[in-house]
Amino acid sequence: MARMADAIVAEGLVKRYGSVVALDGLDLVVPEGTVMGLLGPNGAGKTTTVRVLTTLLEHDEGKATVTGLDVVADAKQLRRRIGLSGQYAAVDENLTGFENLDMVGRLYHLGKKNSRERARELLERFDLVEAADRPVKGYSGGMRRRLDLAGALVAKPAVLFLDEPTTGLDPRSRLGMWDVISELVAGGTTLLLTTQYLEEADRLADKIAVIDHGKVIALGTANELKDQVGGERLELTVGSAQDAASAKAVLTPLAIGDITLDERSHRLTVPVTGGADVLVDGIRRLDAESIKVLDIGLRRPTLDDVFLTLTGHAAGGNGAEEKQGEQEA
Amino acid sequence: MSAFVEALGDGAVVAKRNLIKIKRVPDLIVFSTLSPIMFVLLFAYVFGGSIAIPGMDYREFLMAGIFAQTVVFGSTITGAGLAEDIQKGVIDRFRSLPMARSAVLIGRTTSDLANNVIVIVVMSVTGLIVGWRIHSSPLEALAGFALLLLFAYAVSWGMAIVGLMVRSPEVFNNASFIAIFPLTFIANTFVQESTLPGPLKTFAEWNPVSAVTAAARDLFGNTNPLAPPADVWPLQHPVLMTLIWVVVFLLVFVPLAIRQYRKAVAR
Repeated sequence: MARMADAIVAEGLVKRYGSVVALDGLDLVVPEGTVMGLLGPNGAGKTTTVRVLTTLLEHDEGKATVTGLDVVADAKQLRRRIGLSGQYAAVDENLTGFENLDMVGRLYHLGKKNSRERARELLERFDLVEAADRPVKGYSGGMRRRLDLAGALVAKPAVLFLDEPTTGLDPRSRLGMWDVISELVAGGTTLLLTTQYLEEADRLADKIAVIDHGKVIALGTANELKDQVGGERLELTVGSAQDAASAKAVLTPLAIGDITLDERSHRLTVPVTGGADVLVDGIRRLDAESIKVLDIGLRRPTLDDVFLTLTGHAAGGNGAEEKQGEQEA
Repeated sequence: MSAFVEALGDGAVVAKRNLIKIKRVPDLIVFSTLSPIMFVLLFAYVFGGSIAIPGMDYREFLMAGIFAQTVVFGSTITGAGLAEDIQKGVIDRFRSLPMARSAVLIGRTTSDLANNVIVIVVMSVTGLIVGWRIHSSPLEALAGFALLLLFAYAVSWGMAIVGLMVRSPEVFNNASFIAIFPLTFIANTFVQESTLPGPLKTFAEWNPVSAVTAAARDLFGNTNPLAPPADVWPLQHPVLMTLIWVVVFLLVFVPLAIRQYRKAVAR
C-alpha cells in the first residue's frame, strides 16, 4: 500500500497499442488534497493515463494505485472512490439534467432517495436548477460540461479525474468552468486534471507534470518549471539609436548573456536573473545616465516557453501530428 | 446471487434510460414501425400476386416471415445503440462506475426487446387488416409471439458484440445490413425453401431465421397443408430448433459481449 498521503501513485506505466507506445514508463505521484495538472499535446498520453488510473484500460507494465487500491486487482472497489469527467460531456442528450444525475446515483448504488437528493443538490451547486427538468439536448456546451462534472461528483469521490474539462468551450464558458473547478479544489478534493492549455494548468494546478511521448519530462509548480527553463529577461524600448547604445552599455553588468538590440525599434532584450530587484536596479542605472525609457518590463517565461523548450514543439500541435495523436490517444 | 441481483437492478436503470429515449424521440418508434408496415404492404400487394404458394393464401404465409425479419432487424438497434454510446463517451462513464459489468448490456437488450414488442403489435394489426388470420388457439399464438421475441433477444446479444467492436453507429448499420439481408431472405420467410436452388436451399434449411419462421407459422396455424414435408430435422421440429438456437446464441454471445464491453473505450 502507498503512503496514506499519496492519492495517486503510478510507477513505470507502459501501454502499447500494437507498435504504438502510448505510455512509455510513466511515473506520477499525486499527494492527497492537491491538484496535479497533466500537461501535454494531443497524443502525449494524457487520456491513456487517465483511462488506466480510472480502470477503463489495463496497462501492460508497471503499477498504479489510487487511494491505495490497485487499478487492476481492486478495480471494482476503486470505482466507488473515483469520479471521472471525460473529454466529451458524456451526458445523455435525451434525459433531463436531473435524470442524468439520478441515473448516475442509482448506478453508484446510493439508493432511490439519496440519488434524487444528491442530484438536486448538485444541480443547484452547478447553477443548473432552471434547466434541471429539460432534456440535455437543449443545453449549451458549458452547461453540458457542468452537468458532466456534476455526474463525476455524485458519489463524493476521494479522487477526481478531469480529462480536458474545457476543450471545445468558448472563453466565457471556460472561465466559468475554471471557477467551478477552483471552488471544488478549495474543498480539498484530490484532482488529476489533463489539459493542453498552459493557462489552465497554470491557473488550476498545484503541480504540473509535463508529459510528452508517454513520459513525464518535467515536474514542478508553474514557477519552478519557469525557473527550470530560465529565460527571465529585461525588455526595454528607448527613443533613439544613441540612447539604445548607451542603454546597452549601462545594462551590460546586469546581463547574464548577450544583449540583443533591434535597431529599427530601439528595443533591447537583456537576459537577467534575480527577478524584480534586477528591474529596479536597471531602472536606477538608466535614470542615473538620464536615458529616456519609453517602455520597460521584466518578462518571465510563460508556460508556452517552458513547453517549447522542454518538448521542442509548441503545445497543442497542429495538422498531421495532431491527427496522429488522436489515434494514439 | 447478490451480484446477479445487482446486475439486474443496474440493468433496469440502464433500460429505463433507453426507454426514456423512445418516449422523448418518438420519431424512432414511428419509423421503426413504419418500415415493417411498408414491408407487409409491399409483399402483400406487389409480390403477393407473383409468388404463388399452392395450397394457401400468400398473405397468410407471408406474415410469419415478415415477423421474423422485422424482429431480427429490430435487434440491430442494440448494436447501433451501443456503438453510439461508445462514440459519445457514455460507455466510458458507465465503465468508471461501480456497476455490474453486464448491466449496460442487460439494460440495452431489454429495452430493445420492449421496442420489438411495440413493433410486433403494430405489425399484427397491419397483417389483420390485409387479411392475415391466426388459426390456432390464443395460447399457441402467444407462444408464437414469445418465441419470435425470444429469438430476437438472443440475436441482439450478437449485435451487441458487433456494435462494441465497430464503435460507430454508421459503420454498424452498414455492416449489419450486409449480414441480415441474406439471412432473412435466403430462408423460408418470403418463399418456400423447397423452391430454392441447391446450395441456397441447404442454407435456408439450416438458417436459424427459417427455424423461427417455421415455428411461428406452426404456432399461428399458418402452415400450408399442401406443402411437401420438410427434408431436414430443423424444419421438422422448428419450435424445438428455435429454442436450441436461442440457448446456443445466448451461451456464445453473452460472455463474448461482456468481454468486449470490458475492453470497450471511446477513441
